[in-house]
Amino acid sequence: MKLATTVLGRTYQFKSLKEVLAKANEEKSGDQLAGIAAEDAKERIAAKLILSDLTLADLRNNPLLPPETDEVSRVIEEAVNEKIFGEIRNWSIAELREYLLRQDTDNDRIRRLSRGLTSEMVAAAAKLMSNLDLVQAAGKIEVVTHCNISIGQRGVLSGRAQPNHPTDSVPGIMASLYEALSYGIGDAVIGINPVIDSADSVKNILNATKEGMEKWNIPTQNCVLAHIKTQMKAIRQGAPADMVFQSLAGTEDGNRAFGIDVAMLDEADELVRREGTGTGPNLWYFETGQGSELSAEAHHGIDQVTLEARCYGLARKYKPFIVNTVVGFIGPEYLYDSKQVIRAGLEDHFMGKLQQLPMGVDVCYTNHMKADQNDMDNLAVLLAAAGVNYIIGAPMADDCMLNYQSTSYHDIATLRETMRLRPAPEFERWLNRMGIMENGKLTSQAGDPTLFL
Amino acid sequence: MNSSFQLEQFVDRVMAELEKKLADTLPPPMAERMEPMTPIDGETEIPTIKVPLPRWAEGLTELVESTPARIGVWRTGTRPLTKEMLKFRRDHAAAIDSIYGEANAALLERFGLFAVETRYENTENYLKRPDMGRIVTEAGVSMIRQSCKPQPQVQIVVSDGLSANAIDANLADVYPALLDSLDAYGLRAGTSFFVRGGRVAVMDQIGELLQPDAFVLLIGERPGLVSSKSMSAYICYRPRKGTVESDRTVISNIHSGGTPPVEAGAYIGTLVHKMLEQKTSGINLEM
Repeated sequence: MKLATTVLGRTYQFKSLKEVLAKANEEKSGDQLAGIAAEDAKERIAAKLILSDLTLADLRNNPLLPPETDEVSRVIEEAVNEKIFGEIRNWSIAELREYLLRQDTDNDRIRRLSRGLTSEMVAAAAKLMSNLDLVQAAGKIEVVTHCNISIGQRGVLSGRAQPNHPTDSVPGIMASLYEALSYGIGDAVIGINPVIDSADSVKNILNATKEGMEKWNIPTQNCVLAHIKTQMKAIRQGAPADMVFQSLAGTEDGNRAFGIDVAMLDEADELVRREGTGTGPNLWYFETGQGSELSAEAHHGIDQVTLEARCYGLARKYKPFIVNTVVGFIGPEYLYDSKQVIRAGLEDHFMGKLQQLPMGVDVCYTNHMKADQNDMDNLAVLLAAAGVNYIIGAPMADDCMLNYQSTSYHDIATLRETMRLRPAPEFERWLNRMGIMENGKLTSQAGDPTLFL
Repeated sequence: MNSSFQLEQFVDRVMAELEKKLADTLPPPMAERMEPMTPIDGETEIPTIKVPLPRWAEGLTELVESTPARIGVWRTGTRPLTKEMLKFRRDHAAAIDSIYGEANAALLERFGLFAVETRYENTENYLKRPDMGRIVTEAGVSMIRQSCKPQPQVQIVVSDGLSANAIDANLADVYPALLDSLDAYGLRAGTSFFVRGGRVAVMDQIGELLQPDAFVLLIGERPGLVSSKSMSAYICYRPRKGTVESDRTVISNIHSGGTPPVEAGAYIGTLVHKMLEQKTSGINLEM
């Protein structure tokens, strides 16, 4: 494995694959905080040049975190199709990038290829891609999933209704949900983040959303984003959950900090298949985000792009219905400003799609980050162009419980109209029946939440 | 599906058709026309309801009053109305301001809280280097050693975190209620103090220093648009070096529009009591 090169008259010698992968990243405050980022633009390019010549076999033969010591590595390693990997093992990362971008490389070819890739190879390709590369390559990949309805078809942009409330008040949650539905939002999921992580609270919210779905025959799925242990308890007590949720990290230690491991995910998987209310076969909702491993001091010196790709490698095992990176939530110490958030959003979407995940993105920022709503407008348009499966709908983009800003009900409706995208087909038929949408456009009564009183 | 529901749907559809025809022949719906400019006013603002022809006007008021979320805001085309968009921008400006504030010294004095600092240095650095906010300075450490009762049953620490406003707004209600609640359970608190520039995991270092059984950290949350004054309580059984996030129990959204501060104080006391009984916290705590 060649780890030295000369750029603009200076010779760079890197010590390890881990160092090359980290320094090949675009600038991120999280890599700087971890002390593993490139010193300057020249060193960054040197790392990218070296990476472009490494082969897929080099990456597989030099594990950053050996499968013997990390269960996320084991999950990723066990999923590799040896026959397909054998065909491409001598490709360089440059060739992988170029293959993905070729005109004759279509969705099916990428789907097959993806079974021979590890998450580290996917991350490596992302590091050599420009923002527009990431948009185009991801745009080729169609990942359709089914819980109670199908989403992810080409030309479809779905929305998660996120009607959170600062005290988990059920009437308050329902009011905000009615507003979402009246804008045509909620086909990805009706998903609530609870303030109180208790089985009773989860049960109440699942019951209320399920009743609303039954009363109005809404073709969608519900989910309460408590810790998986709490959801399991609620489901065992009879709560109607169409799918289960969990945040993931890209290392075993990171997951331990989240209070989970593969055994617990397996247990929840079995439970939701036996006692969940969703049709399936896709019954999981995962969230991820660059920086969570470092935040838990569980990063093992690995950069945040590679770790993020590993989250997707783990997620893939459970064939989820939806996955989203909460890209700007974690804070400026990992993604400092809008430039870094936009880059990370495009990277995450691409890396998830290349691992055949139904990727959505929470296009978002916190108030201590150098970003504002205009930046979110920009990223949302880029992702819609890249074929993102869904984005988040919060009332006027302001989540009054989680205290951050995302995209709004208005934004999703606007992206659909300007980018010629539609809600999920079954959901759109329901919107038509409710008089909220016609011929793919909102009607004059859309935006009135009292339609549901 | 019952027949009255089908009838309702049918009536709805006819109404929708009628409205659409009207909309097609008449000038644009009310709210899409220019409204007289009214100034965006101060702190206590009555939610404005903008939907021009709601199916049920009273019902709409009820919906809007049930949540601080920005609903009933209407639209022009698919975009927000101008005033609603500007209100959002104003609230974002307020949130940014609160990150750079300082906790009121008189308030800290009133509750006898002495102050120490972390190695955060300044706000910019605090934002970029959370690791610095987890370490109390050497001077702070010796002050804690000198002033605090070691091995208390319950250690309470207050920190500005990302919003000094949150401390100013809620401490006077939360803190006495918490002390009363602990008292009612027969629990004794050690010597409380204030940490400037703290992060949640600063409790692990203080836990090592003072060896408390239970730890309550009252800390300002990252400011949101609805409230820049929201406080969290992070509560942990024996926090020490190596404690992970899932070991901590958190009550977030403590402010007048979320979990009421006095109630929060009492509830924290109950949680501490349960933790000490079960000798655990976080996801392993049975609530």
